[in-house]
Amino acid sequence: MRDLFVALRKDLLLQWRGRAQVVAIFAFGAAALLLFSFAIGPDSLALRQHAAGFLWLGLLLASTLSLAESFEREMEEQALEGLLLLPASARALYYGKAIANWGQLALLGSALVPIMVVLYDAGTLRLLSLLGVIVLGTAGLSAPGTLYAAMTSQIRGRQTLLPLLLFPLVVPVLLAAVKATSLLILGDPMGQVRPWATLLAAFAVVHWSMGGLLFDRVVED
Amino acid sequence: MIAIATAGVSRRYGRRWALTNVGFEVPEGALVMLTGRNGSGKSTLLRVLATALRADMGTVRILGHDAVQQREQVRKDIALLGHRTHLYEPLTALENLAVAARFLRVDSGRPALLARLEEVGLGDRADDLVQTFSAGMRQRLALARALQQDARVLMLDEPYGHLDPPGFLLVDGLLQRLRRQGATVLMATHLVARGRRLCDRGLVLEAGRLVFSGPVSEMPESDADAAGFAEGT
Repeated sequence: MRDLFVALRKDLLLQWRGRAQVVAIFAFGAAALLLFSFAIGPDSLALRQHAAGFLWLGLLLASTLSLAESFEREMEEQALEGLLLLPASARALYYGKAIANWGQLALLGSALVPIMVVLYDAGTLRLLSLLGVIVLGTAGLSAPGTLYAAMTSQIRGRQTLLPLLLFPLVVPVLLAAVKATSLLILGDPMGQVRPWATLLAAFAVVHWSMGGLLFDRVVED
Repeated sequence: MIAIATAGVSRRYGRRWALTNVGFEVPEGALVMLTGRNGSGKSTLLRVLATALRADMGTVRILGHDAVQQREQVRKDIALLGHRTHLYEPLTALENLAVAARFLRVDSGRPALLARLEEVGLGDRADDLVQTFSAGMRQRLALARALQQDARVLMLDEPYGHLDPPGFLLVDGLLQRLRRQGATVLMATHLVARGRRLCDRGLVLEAGRLVFSGPVSEMPESDADAAGFAEGT
């Protein structure tokens, strides 16, 4: 547990030092939302209906940049290997990084909500529920994303490989998160948000557990 | 006690064998020079011994522990200074040492870490980001980080790399101190004359094969000897 806190502290510090990059990733996500809105055109109803899907697509695209970046710093001087040789627990290193990535993606998702509201006229009064969906959805992205980012970090062409590996795996997260967000924006007369949120939570639990078990095999020779 | 024992160690990258059937023993407390031409397998051997790489064949034992089966125990006993510095570029020198110290559960307070940095001549650059450091300064910091582990067996890959003449003397001093402390050091270097002066034993690799293992006094004259390598002061 102590190693986990040490790893998390290190990753948060690295994120803070790379905050210019985080701003750039946010700008990328915002630009994606803007471009998607152009694709729909000035149809306010269609914009509202598609807002949730575009929010999560923007977040998913931005997440690949953010996740890949988190391992860039580990690999440039083989710092991760240095920690493993100390020896630091691989599991603690994984959870430290995955939690830091989760925090960053949740923050990014929350920051994209006002952009979505402005561009798609897609507001909701259930802001806490929306925040909950973003937290659960980004948990489902960050756990497998951190594992795959580690896996591809030493491979040439990793920028292409990471989304290729990650996107098929997180389709359930995308579906559930879009559905839950859409219900929050467009109305939820049947109370369907909870089952979708439960699906998101279940997916997150499975992948957070698997990530911790598999990380050692991914980063060791 | 035998600090390092290898038998039949082989390691390949793709189809190319970087190490072939390497076997030797190093007694505890010995200072060993590992030399050989570029690409002879020195770095690979050090990385295999340090458990950063796994041998495809053969066994490695460090202080009696198997490097594969008892990897965690071996890692507690070893420190590796590799070609890559194991440093985080966006962190300061002090923060880099603090991260390692916290994992090692040793004093991570500023005074203790500053003392470490003073030791390698970086006391006045403690709060500077590593990305602003020259290659020699990074090497000094990497040395400080490796020494933090207080390991019984140290693998140093080109410890003199990028250093200026005072840096050479610093490494000489560190090696002598490690010897006094009873640590076992395996140092890969091209500075053969210097190695002959400092080390007890020598290992020579040629195209991944161990062609010499014994006292440095019996080491064959190498290309580096013949070329009269400049070795600082």
